[in-house]
Amino acid sequence: MRIAFKLAYRNLIGAGLRTWLNVLVLSFSFVIIIWAKGVLVGWDHQAKTDMAQWEIAQGQYWHKLYDPYDFFTIADSHAPVPEAFQAAIDQQAMVPILVAQGTIYPEGRMMPILIKGIKSDQTLLKIPAYKLDTISDAIPVVIGANMSKACHLKKGDRTILRWRDSQGTFDAAEIEVVEVFSTLVPSVDAAQVWIDLKTLQEKLNMPDEATLFSFGALEHQPAEQGDFLLKTTKDLTSEIDDMIATKSKGQAVFYGILLLLAMLAIFDTQILSIFRRQKEIGTYVALGYTRREVVGLFTVEGAMHAVLAAGLAAAYGIPFFIWQSKVGFTIPMDTSEFGMAISPTMYPVYSVGLILSTTLIVLITTTVVSYWPSRRIAKMNPTEALRGKIQ
Amino acid sequence: MKQIINIMVAFLLVVPSMAQPTANDLLKKIDQNLSSKNRVFESEMTIHGKRASRTVVSKTYSVGDKQAFTEYLSPAREQGTKMLKLENQLWIYSPSTDRTIQISGHMLRQSVMGSDLSYEDMMDDRKLTEIYDGQVLRTETLDDRTCYVVELIANVSDVAYHKRLMWVDAERFVPLKEELYAKSGQLLKQTVMSEVLKIQGRWFPTKMVYKDMLKQGDGTEFKVLNASFDQDIPDYLFTKAALKQ
Repeated sequence: MRIAFKLAYRNLIGAGLRTWLNVLVLSFSFVIIIWAKGVLVGWDHQAKTDMAQWEIAQGQYWHKLYDPYDFFTIADSHAPVPEAFQAAIDQQAMVPILVAQGTIYPEGRMMPILIKGIKSDQTLLKIPAYKLDTISDAIPVVIGANMSKACHLKKGDRTILRWRDSQGTFDAAEIEVVEVFSTLVPSVDAAQVWIDLKTLQEKLNMPDEATLFSFGALEHQPAEQGDFLLKTTKDLTSEIDDMIATKSKGQAVFYGILLLLAMLAIFDTQILSIFRRQKEIGTYVALGYTRREVVGLFTVEGAMHAVLAAGLAAAYGIPFFIWQSKVGFTIPMDTSEFGMAISPTMYPVYSVGLILSTTLIVLITTTVVSYWPSRRIAKMNPTEALRGKIQ
Repeated sequence: MKQIINIMVAFLLVVPSMAQPTANDLLKKIDQNLSSKNRVFESEMTIHGKRASRTVVSKTYSVGDKQAFTEYLSPAREQGTKMLKLENQLWIYSPSTDRTIQISGHMLRQSVMGSDLSYEDMMDDRKLTEIYDGQVLRTETLDDRTCYVVELIANVSDVAYHKRLMWVDAERFVPLKEELYAKSGQLLKQTVMSEVLKIQGRWFPTKMVYKDMLKQGDGTEFKVLNASFDQDIPDYLFTKAALKQ
């Protein structure tokens, strides 16, 4: 087998430009596949990290009626804070959030929004709730940058907020934007204002009630606590997983086309080799090689394209990967209204698993493609092969 | 001297109460004007949007405050849409989908055909005297008509508007203007009623302009094209089956 590798290497190098063209095309496939997969992994990583920091921490408890995609459920999704949660809330390991529907009227335009009440002393989430302590004759609110852009409200601006209390009675008051925060998580930004939890509870006539809880490190996480149901990080980030899975499938087609082009070149090279090297094949057999060994030799020769391609890809790919992981890949479009935590600049993350799996896939594919035409050797008549007769 | 003062005090206390009716009296008189066994009216609702206005024509049959059947006659897009209100339930039939859906719960808070009115505004059929405590604040002149300004404060908690101010025509006992306030005292909505006509012996405002006071725009104009009271309305009209006919 060692001889097979030696021979294969010598033959490949001997083929000169033909080999290097194949290797170059294959190395492109390597680099592009690893980079594109790295971007997806990086996006997944960034989206989940941002969601954890801004919204879900290490999990949430939702009121059993709460469905963020069905606004009709919001008015009924509230219940008193369970006693079992109180200790965690006091220790800042849990943040109660009360959600209500409301309407704001910036510049006389009517905008339906969500009003979210959060404790001003919370430190679990990155929402700058401490700003809600600002002294103002209006209700202090904090909003996200996208919300600020959508409703043309800047820090210091005021508008009227209208809501209905637990009995359905309209109430309205002036609000003042005391902070505009920048986040990549649209579910804490788009069409919503954050106000002090106590103030919202008073205004809605829902003392000590909440719609959901975000929690950090909790020792005990029952599946259900009173009216609240546990939502694990996996449940809460399933949308991102689904999105990544869809994107991966889309990318797989692209990888397929790339690999197909590279494999086509290798396939052609193999066919050409077998056609042009019939005398060589005959000589191998005459020297005592079995047909399987000759097939193996040609297969190794083809598969070695992948090894050389991996080496070449590493030579120019590694600096490219390192540079990309530093500067990131900026999506050439506005991602703020995608409804998902997508950063405009994605930083690829390359894992050992990703590199190994890609290398393995390319190596196996190249081996199969190299073996495919080599099977013809097994059917060759060695004496006719020695004479160089086309079979 | 003491007797004269007593008479003067008594005069000051009694005369205003004789001259100025109580809020309850006024609401009852308004009820007499506006309520009937049943009524049929054709109306035109003009919704003034930011860029353009659109007009929806409908015909409504109602019995008391509990039953109402409305059919939209134009524009073509809304033609054939029907709405049935029975007690506190509301159904809408859409001819394009040939489906009847019940508007319930929070869907009642949605706007009717994009107007400043919500389904809920149409559904609240409790008498004002049952859910509000009223008092006459003053008299004012509005469009050359002397009006009593009546303040109504909710005495139950499940009302949409905590406070209402109503300008009631002192002679014809129809409201000419109404303002609806939030619990905080913020003015939310205003309705201006005009073109008061005498129809079958009762005064009836035939034009109403509803306006969300927090929103830009000219509001929604509601014009009664013709109205008749105490008619023979067949009972089958107030059934779900009538929606598909």
